Amino acid sequence: MLEIKNLHVKLEEEDKVILKGVDLKIGPGEVHAIMGPNGSGKSTLSYVLSGRDGYEVTDGSATLDGQELLEMEPEERAAAGLFLAFQYPVEIPGVGNMTFLRTAVNAQRKARGEEELSAGDFLKVVREKAKALKIDAEMLKRPVNVGFSGGEKKRNEILQMAMLEPRMCILDETDSGLDVDAMKLVSDGVNALRSEGRSFLVITHYQRLLDHIKPDVVHIMAAGRIIKTGGPELALEVETNGYADILGEVG
Amino acid sequence: MALASVKETALAARLACLPMQDGAGWLAVARTQALARLTAMGLPAKRDEYWRYTDPATLNAPEAAPAARFDPGDEAPAFDGIDRLKIVFVDGVFDAGASDDLAMAGVEIERLSRAGSVDIHWAQGLYGVLEARGQSPVQRPFAALNTAYATDGLLIRVTGQAARPIALIYVHKSETSDAILHHCIKVEAGAELTLLESGPAAARFTKVVEVEVADGGRFHHIRVQGRDHERRAATHLFARLGADALFKSFTLTANGRLTRNEAVIELTGRDARAHVAGAAVGDGDFHHDDTVFVTHAAEACESRQVFKKVLKNGATGVFQGKILVKPGAQKTDGYQISQSLLLDEDSQFLAKPELEIYADDVKCSHGSTSGAIDETALFYLQSRGVPRAAAQALLVLAFLAEAIDEVEDEAIAEDIRGRLEGWLARHAAKAQA
Repeated sequence: MLEIKNLHVKLEEEDKVILKGVDLKIGPGEVHAIMGPNGSGKSTLSYVLSGRDGYEVTDGSATLDGQELLEMEPEERAAAGLFLAFQYPVEIPGVGNMTFLRTAVNAQRKARGEEELSAGDFLKVVREKAKALKIDAEMLKRPVNVGFSGGEKKRNEILQMAMLEPRMCILDETDSGLDVDAMKLVSDGVNALRSEGRSFLVITHYQRLLDHIKPDVVHIMAAGRIIKTGGPELALEVETNGYADILGEVG
Repeated sequence: MALASVKETALAARLACLPMQDGAGWLAVARTQALARLTAMGLPAKRDEYWRYTDPATLNAPEAAPAARFDPGDEAPAFDGIDRLKIVFVDGVFDAGASDDLAMAGVEIERLSRAGSVDIHWAQGLYGVLEARGQSPVQRPFAALNTAYATDGLLIRVTGQAARPIALIYVHKSETSDAILHHCIKVEAGAELTLLESGPAAARFTKVVEVEVADGGRFHHIRVQGRDHERRAATHLFARLGADALFKSFTLTANGRLTRNEAVIELTGRDARAHVAGAAVGDGDFHHDDTVFVTHAAEACESRQVFKKVLKNGATGVFQGKILVKPGAQKTDGYQISQSLLLDEDSQFLAKPELEIYADDVKCSHGSTSGAIDETALFYLQSRGVPRAAAQALLVLAFLAEAIDEVEDEAIAEDIRGRLEGWLARHAAKAQA
């Protein structure tokens, strides 16, 4: 599904190299987690994959089902099936959440040569999915993320994911700012989307999210590289001993 | 040469090209008085305080510069889906053949030329009267010129609930037309009217609308200024409101080499409300100026000025807005916001917000900002699959929303949004080509 090879990335504006050769391969239906200390390049990886400005890829590739992502516009990556759940979802005053969702769904359908959803059909689907995430009608009417609590913003990200039905989902610190109940709600939303044809890359600092969203593979990232890969037990090791041991071990 | 004599010469040249106005009675008197006002103040010059940001040269010129007509293609005319009484002016001249029958329940409509010849008319108390009041403290020479030389116009008296909106449809036909229209509208106590205007009216258009809204009356005004790129216009809206009266005006402006929209509003009765709003979009050789003056002369009145401009490729936006709170106008609630979205570094926005307050128990706020499109929001939308141009259009409409929200009628607001979407789509395509 997603294959990252030898990815090197620096900041566009300054000579700061952030990713120094990332290799990662995620198969269909797999859930991978990336953990790592602050500043290791986890969020940068998610931004580079989704096409945010400000980064320069100096080497390497990232393909989704064999298609080179790094040459596409952000909207083309989305239409190809990539989705990033933001660590800090963006507030857009003046644009209703419902309008936003419908514009996004129909833009992707159009890009894939599918019929746009009628207003009625769309409303039916969105209400059903919103209900599962405990997102009420009021939240759908309000401007995108404006005045939303941290938990509401993250639930809104998962709602977008559910509506857009991407094949490759990246969750960037989706657990940050969530209380226990909200984390459960968000995790349930994610788990409901797990399927054979859909893969996940979960970026997190903490093991506790991985109690809810059980990963198949755990990677440890440090200083712009993946330094260790293992099973779910790797996350537990981090939780118990911190990153110091692993960093020391790898040297 | 001294400034005064330069101004005199310019005015003489300007007036020499205007048609002589016939007529006797009250209208002739009003015209003579207006000409005296104009002669005393002269034409504006760039050094005049309220013309610093907008060069009046092409408005001062004796002849209108030619302006090609815009081809709207197969786009529906403004307000097409709204059930309305249509009154058509071609290059500033009433076209009876193209207009509906002027009879409508709740409203009396007359042409200015006909009404001027009678001895006594209700419009005597309005024609040139609000314009004259509005000349102080800021001079508005083109308004006085208009009162003196208007070639056509309507006198509309609203006595009850108007059966449908009145739509003034301006048609620009001749490439060098120079139209001068003057309308007077009197909304009697408790009566209500919606006035729609759509242009472009002429290559150069000078317009005055004087509106008196009596106690408890309601007046809604929605205007769509035409898209001719080279057109020039100086329009003036003078309004006086009685107690509990409501006045709401919204203008959409797209294109135009020079547009100066002045609004002069006086709240004279308790609990009156005046909202004046504008959304302007310009690409390239576009200069748009909103000059607004709201006077609170009574207690507990509310006023809102909401002006938003989207500018690209060197377009210029100007806002000069003032709230004057007179002594005794306690419990005033005044609000003013002027904002521009600059889509590139070549465009500019010049703003001069002013507050002058002589009462101590008032709430007045004003804000003026100018900024670029939010790149983070743009990326967020793109990451959800919305193409960049569509994402930009969505954000632009969101930026304009506060102004468009001043249009109460949802069908009309939707018409406005549709027009803006069309403009944004065309101009996004142009930028990519």
